[in-house]
Amino acid sequence: MIVFEFIINAISVGSLYALIALGLVIIYGILKMVNFAYGELIMVGGYLLYLVGANTNIPWLIAAVIAVVGAMVVSYLTELVAFRKVREKSLTALLITTFAVSTLLQNSALIIISPRAKAVALPQIFSTTITIFNITTSMRNILTIVVSIAMLVGLTFLFRNTILGIALRAAADDFQMTRMLGVPANLVISSAFVLSGAIAGVVSLFWIGRTASVTPTIGLGPLLIAFVATVIGGMRSLVGAVVGGFVYGLIFSFIGVLLPQVLLDYREAFMFLIVILILLLRPEGLVRVKYAQERVG
Amino acid sequence: MKRARLIAWLSRYSTIVILAVPILLVAAFTELIAGTLLIRLVTAMFVSMIIVLGMQVFMGNSGILAWAHVGFMGIGAYVAALCSMTPHIKEIAIPQVYPFLLNLQLPFWLSLLVGSAIAALVAAVISYPLMRLSDAAAAITSFALLIIIHAVLVHWDRVTNGPRTLFGIEEYTTLWISVSGAILMLILAYFFKESSLGLRLRASREDYHAASAMGINITQVRYLSFVVSAAIAGFGGGLFAHYITSFTPDAFYLIETFNVLAMLVVGGPLGISGAVIGTILVTVAREGVRAVENTINLNHLLPFEVIGLTEVFLATVLILSLILRPQGIMGSRELRWKPKQSSGEANELDAQPASE
Repeated sequence: MIVFEFIINAISVGSLYALIALGLVIIYGILKMVNFAYGELIMVGGYLLYLVGANTNIPWLIAAVIAVVGAMVVSYLTELVAFRKVREKSLTALLITTFAVSTLLQNSALIIISPRAKAVALPQIFSTTITIFNITTSMRNILTIVVSIAMLVGLTFLFRNTILGIALRAAADDFQMTRMLGVPANLVISSAFVLSGAIAGVVSLFWIGRTASVTPTIGLGPLLIAFVATVIGGMRSLVGAVVGGFVYGLIFSFIGVLLPQVLLDYREAFMFLIVILILLLRPEGLVRVKYAQERVG
Repeated sequence: MKRARLIAWLSRYSTIVILAVPILLVAAFTELIAGTLLIRLVTAMFVSMIIVLGMQVFMGNSGILAWAHVGFMGIGAYVAALCSMTPHIKEIAIPQVYPFLLNLQLPFWLSLLVGSAIAALVAAVISYPLMRLSDAAAAITSFALLIIIHAVLVHWDRVTNGPRTLFGIEEYTTLWISVSGAILMLILAYFFKESSLGLRLRASREDYHAASAMGINITQVRYLSFVVSAAIAGFGGGLFAHYITSFTPDAFYLIETFNVLAMLVVGGPLGISGAVIGTILVTVAREGVRAVENTINLNHLLPFEVIGLTEVFLATVLILSLILRPQGIMGSRELRWKPKQSSGEANELDAQPASE
């Protein structure tokens, strides 16, 4: 039975990581921009949960909605205020801008809230465990899996069947051509940022759910996960991001069990070594795409 | 004739002179009138300048975003500190230190060189394949490199004392040592940029395909410059260690990377002048805001403690600078002095065409 518990745990981690990676790759696919400020969107969601929970009596579910919407708004604003202005310039300038935005958001949280960790109230359901067919697991794991899969299904529907989704996919394949066919660039890019923010908001609920506290630097962990997962899966495709997230979640869970403690300390270093090796040996990742387009300004 | 020769020499190396003389003046002025606090600030500024110059050598000339240099700074800092500490202090500061490291003690200047050499060696061993990559892939790999170096520094207890503070390092880095170091590295970075290697690297930055069609081995050129820039960063790290005297691996991570990037990008990564001017401007601005922050906190002007104002300010400046002047204040220009072309002799001696 321990094996099953381990598997459920691994799937839970994997589906959360898939979601994290997807939020990053939606932007990367279109702009070829690695958004270093992505982790801070998760931080924003976390702080909104804390603020609403600590100051009001609003039920958690509504607080969660506020957190997700807040992350979407902040994501949109970062694009509007900073990235849009630098987009036409060099990729290096764009990457440094995302790093600067990340620092800006982190330190704003330091000023506005506190450098110390803040406890976030969680609903009862996060700390209960259930037993099905003799397998005991936490409700949080089940919730993570259910919500992540629901999100993935919803996004798949969005990408397949809506005009916005088709425009987004087209832009990810060939942005220049998409523009020429009359799709407004700013609208597509802004929607991508809003979507990325929505995913970050949902991720924040579960990421905060693991530790029940939020700090200004909480975004670094998910950001690094997103890096590794997208590189494993293939940075150019949305499916690749999901595959990469699951694979990373599985590898991470297995490494945790298999490696001796001495090497476990270096787990992060190992993961990033894998990143470097993949970028060198198989830069397109596990999932290949039909179109491979250079960045357009 | 002697005068003409002097003029020719001055105009050839005018960038170095124009940058070095004010630096020396600032240092002399600080030494004469300033108190201990300001002397320490200026010392720190010149140490930062070395790191920024190290980053410029690679990032400015190759056009590739470099995240890992603060990691090499960290390697230089730890190695230099290990070399210069006395065995007695080392035993207390790093309880689990390897026996062969315990009895190692070198003079300060040699420690700096060893630190620099080890940083260059690490770069030389790991970086060759990475130099094939450009754009986002290059940015992610060098970011990954920074994280790997940081992870190793945090976990290698027997060398770095792990995540705990490494203390007990002698304060050897005086104002004049850091100034001399900065000027030395400035000259090195300048000659690197103007060398044939630097020229080939800059060609690859401007147009990858044209440069490679002209027979430039871009991977190799990038590789050599990466090693040189890691050596400079390692040297700066050694000076940093003997300035700050106690530090943790977190001193060489994202916050410091942000600082260094801000300095280089605000000034202009394409030239030496940009790196120098950016370091000075950003340091002055940062210390100004920090003073405001401290005043607010010490006098309780606001009902809460303000932490992070400096970084918010710096990040805003950096974003604005990228929007308004993405190539920095200096762009691709260098500060230069050219004599009026009135006397024929000076012309003759100065026949070498300006490279920019």
